[in-house]
Amino acid sequence: MSAPVETRPHREIPAHQGGLGYRFAAAVATPGGAVFLLAIGLLVATMVANENFADPGVVVRFLGRTAPIAIAAMGQYFVIVSGEFDLSMAAVVTTQVVMAGNLIGQDEGRIVPVTCLMLLVGAGIGLVNGLATTILRVPSFIVTLGTMLALAGLVRYLTGGAATGNPVDSFREIGRGGIEDVPVVEVLPYPLLIFLALAVYAQWLMRRPFGRSLIAAGDNPNAATLSGTPLWWVKTRAFILSSLSATIAGIILVGYAGVHPKVGEGYEFAAITAVVLGGVLLGGGRGWVLSAACGAFALELLFTLLTVLDVESTWRDTVQGLIIIAAVAVAGRAWTVGRKPRGGRGARRTEPLGSTTNQPTQGPITGDN
Amino acid sequence: MSRLTSALQGRTLTSTGIVYLVLLLAVVAGAILTGLEGRNFFSQGNISSILTGTSILGFIAIGQTLVILVGSLDLSVPYVVSLVSVLAADRMAGETSHVPQAVLVALLVAALVGLANGVIVAWLGVHGFVASLGVGLVISGYLATNYQGNTGSAPRDFRLIGANQIGPVPVSTLIMLGCAVAAILLLRRTRVGHHMYAVGGNREVARLSGIRTSVPVITAHVLCSVLAGFAGLLLLARLSVGSPTIGQQGGYDLMSIAAVVLGGTLLAGGKGNVTGTLAGVAIFAVMDNVMGVMEVNPFLKDVVRGVVIVAAVALYARREIDRRPARFERPSTLDAALQEAR
Repeated sequence: MSAPVETRPHREIPAHQGGLGYRFAAAVATPGGAVFLLAIGLLVATMVANENFADPGVVVRFLGRTAPIAIAAMGQYFVIVSGEFDLSMAAVVTTQVVMAGNLIGQDEGRIVPVTCLMLLVGAGIGLVNGLATTILRVPSFIVTLGTMLALAGLVRYLTGGAATGNPVDSFREIGRGGIEDVPVVEVLPYPLLIFLALAVYAQWLMRRPFGRSLIAAGDNPNAATLSGTPLWWVKTRAFILSSLSATIAGIILVGYAGVHPKVGEGYEFAAITAVVLGGVLLGGGRGWVLSAACGAFALELLFTLLTVLDVESTWRDTVQGLIIIAAVAVAGRAWTVGRKPRGGRGARRTEPLGSTTNQPTQGPITGDN
Repeated sequence: MSRLTSALQGRTLTSTGIVYLVLLLAVVAGAILTGLEGRNFFSQGNISSILTGTSILGFIAIGQTLVILVGSLDLSVPYVVSLVSVLAADRMAGETSHVPQAVLVALLVAALVGLANGVIVAWLGVHGFVASLGVGLVISGYLATNYQGNTGSAPRDFRLIGANQIGPVPVSTLIMLGCAVAAILLLRRTRVGHHMYAVGGNREVARLSGIRTSVPVITAHVLCSVLAGFAGLLLLARLSVGSPTIGQQGGYDLMSIAAVVLGGTLLAGGKGNVTGTLAGVAIFAVMDNVMGVMEVNPFLKDVVRGVVIVAAVALYARREIDRRPARFERPSTLDAALQEAR
């Protein structure tokens, strides 16, 4: 697949031609761009269906509520774009929530040290995931499944199956508070501010050598290694970022959900769904980090819309299932636009195979095993 | 390099061999630990309880092996298990005469779910992870909307399938082993079986070699769902009522994938076999049994399981680095026996 591109390095990519307007349209036409249109469409539909939602204050509060899942999705993005999976996210969220509840307690002086400890534990879990995946060469699916089982079991064992404890209110403010008296939107939730700061950081990170190597590692691990990328360290950092983002999601969640062993439930699949909806290719190498975050907002907007439309909540799963299949089916085709040699007979004959043409050399699940 | 690895693997140990060594290790450790508790690991009751423990995960893991071999994944199995259990229970409604029809309908629905998975993966080009997760969610929504709790009931004759034993071996385990042999024959003896390996190894190369790549993918998904349907029927026979959440409670999606990978099958597809998967399932069953005898805290069981899965896979994961020659490795003992029987 890549051979014709290499032999003709100066071939114009359609997306690079034309003016700003054209290039913007071309960007929106990719799966990573289309998710923004999808989110806007869903927002407008929700506003039409329920007038309350047209109030900017309500929208901002909704964004604040959705921030933890968006943060988790950005963390998951780093792992997925490098060609791996992180299934341990939900267990990490639960661990952190329980830790916050039991270690901070009603003592305000402990907030800073315990928060540092939580971040350290998060980074440690990511390090274990990353090293087991890269050095021991266990598929990340299995490694993170193992950490998921181990962490969830450990937390339930230590808490006796029923987590208790409640962190002091000033710590919970991080999740449920905000800057008051802001014009237009009334209140600016802290989770939203944290999300925005992390989004800027993630975008900066992806433009740094680390981000470039990460995408290269996901696209073609062999080529990345041969061109001098320390594959193990790049991927391990992705796992650390993922666990840290789950930690931050946990810190926010403890604010408005409190301490409960089921707080993080379903976060791993929700985050993966959001990332996939954001047009990021499972198997790695394609996608934009902010599209992944937008995928999380689009998913939550979809649920809100279903609630507004009085669809029974039990059908939510069904709709979610149909949406992700459709989104990925469309995205799988769209990523090939502009990368395929056009006009040749060969190009036409590879068409029916869809996704296989996206991933020239690697297996569909993990980058290297 | 490749010659070195194949020399190491060929004469001494295949990855299936390592899995069986791990199983042996688990049995020995289990026997010692059970002995320390003052009980006999090899007593008839204990053996049959271990074998009973293998049957349900066994059915699902055999199917999952086929799906993983073609380079896909099936996360919808727990929902298929639940769906089959409620559909069959409703059809049976306690009447023995309704059993054949109920079983047929339930398995047909399971096959249709598998067909949907396969078609989405093969024709729409959606990754198996997303396709089966999506289909699973669709079923989950249907189940949650239409079933509030346990439903239907299985007649006594049907329940006997879950309870009967021949010697220490439960009938359900025998059926599972029968399915395993059928799957091995499918992979070793039929055209579509060989095509499964080819497509899983490299879909594009398989296509360029003239294989219609969608056929093995769809076949694997249909068989996987039907086998998950068997597991659902067996659970129905044991519980005697259909439960819309029984599959999710078991966590069969991730555990079956863990068993398959533990059995030495490459998660990316193209390499592996059912024999290894059976050992993977047996390792889980032995572990559960021993922890049950030792009265380990149920939450700690999960911790042990998690650590063992990663550690066991790490044992031979490094050997898979050079995977091309390994696909044409020497047949394992059971396969060799099959070959000689021919």
